[in-house]
Amino acid sequence: MLEVKDLSIGYDGKEIVENINFHVREGDYLCIVGENGAGKSTLVKTLLGLQKPISGEIKKEEEGIGYLPQQTIIQRDFPASVWEIVLSGNLSNLGKKIFYGSKEKQRAKENLERMGISDLKDKCYRNLSGGQQQRVLLARALCASDRILFLDEPVSGLDPKVTADFYELTEELHKSGITIIMVSHDPQAVLEYSTHILHIGKESIFFGTKEEYLKSDNAIQLGIKREE
Amino acid sequence: MQDIAGNLQFYFSFPFVKYALIVGVLIALCSSLLGVTLVLKRYSFIGDGLSHVAFGALAIASVLKLADKNILILPITVITAILLLKTGQSAKIKGDAAIAMLSVGALAIGYMLMNIFSTSSNVSGDVCSTLFGSTSILTLTSDQVILCLVLAVIMIIMFIVLYNRIFAVTFDENFVTATGGSANTYNLLIAIMIAVIIVLGMNLVGSLLISALIIFPALSAMSILKNFRSVVICSAVISVVCALAGILISILFSTPVGSTIVICDMVVFLICFGIRKVAGE
Repeated sequence: MLEVKDLSIGYDGKEIVENINFHVREGDYLCIVGENGAGKSTLVKTLLGLQKPISGEIKKEEEGIGYLPQQTIIQRDFPASVWEIVLSGNLSNLGKKIFYGSKEKQRAKENLERMGISDLKDKCYRNLSGGQQQRVLLARALCASDRILFLDEPVSGLDPKVTADFYELTEELHKSGITIIMVSHDPQAVLEYSTHILHIGKESIFFGTKEEYLKSDNAIQLGIKREE
Repeated sequence: MQDIAGNLQFYFSFPFVKYALIVGVLIALCSSLLGVTLVLKRYSFIGDGLSHVAFGALAIASVLKLADKNILILPITVITAILLLKTGQSAKIKGDAAIAMLSVGALAIGYMLMNIFSTSSNVSGDVCSTLFGSTSILTLTSDQVILCLVLAVIMIIMFIVLYNRIFAVTFDENFVTATGGSANTYNLLIAIMIAVIIVLGMNLVGSLLISALIIFPALSAMSILKNFRSVVICSAVISVVCALAGILISILFSTPVGSTIVICDMVVFLICFGIRKVAGE
């Protein structure tokens, strides 16, 4: 679904990381991990098309990726109802149409139900709890794509119970056949749910299955494996 | 009371008062539409910078003695809007510093030009009226009225057609890009619309006060309402009511139109803010 070859990334023409190679196949659950400052967030931006790669190529099977962003300050104060936000996820399916039709509305409704937040439909987004907001944004992402989801540090700022719920929910989506790419700080989640791991280190880059990763030295840096 | 009604009736027998009222209401309506987007996207600064550029353009147009100054002001302001958006994205020069430089520069040049080349005996009066609106709304020619009407209607139609896109890029432009949409195009359209609205609004309240016309109704509506659509509708209503009230008060009590409208907007904002505090949010 996604193929990245010899990608090098950076900003203002300065290169941060080079030689990134990995791929995502249908049904994978890829975790992107790495130290702060190693270029993780630049990679995210490049993959999503928010900034241009310096060289190399990114082959996407489809244009749209369902994207769950880190929350910005603007959004926390935004006067919008849950329904308006979830519906806006359909924008990429709208084509040249001006308004959302019954098809888009149906899709938004289904995803609200899927996330178990139908009762919040008319609530104001800024008055919701962190966990509820996350579900709203996930429902929106599902409107944009029900094949591949990109989660950018989805649990930062959530309490442990809500975090666990969120992983549960993501795992259900994964089991229903949705491909997942997640940027994460949380070693526990990486261990439990992922099938593949991309480690962006300052010195080296690792890509492989979780089992391969656990045998490699990179796992030590993340604190998953102890030094022997 | 009867006095006031009689007075109004007398004033409305003049066609230019009717023009002023119609144009004023339409401009107020337009300017409120993008207010929410401007506030939430932190574009308020751009609005301010653009209005100063528009003032500079107006000065140039006066020097050139153009019959219809909008022919020059509109393109200059629109182009500046596009440039500002681009520099904001490239981030080589800090966006707000660029805007600050541009806006004070335009002010200085504009005032200089008006001073040197002005043929009128009352330069400071001219400057004051372009900055604060004064009575120019009452002296519109029928051509200007038509231009204002056409532009205002185009803006309103554009806003309705782009409504869902504007909502999406205001809420989260990265999401729009990531899901395969073209956030940059929509941002560009928004910037162009802002530029046109500012030029329109200058006729009503002058270039220093236009930001107030755009931002106050939006802030008022945002503080009491909870979804985007009702915020937009409410800010349009607030803006129109304040413009009407402002124009009528200014006619009756001979106060400056621009400031009167803006003060009405401020009063409404304070009321809404008070309601929010009392409601305890």
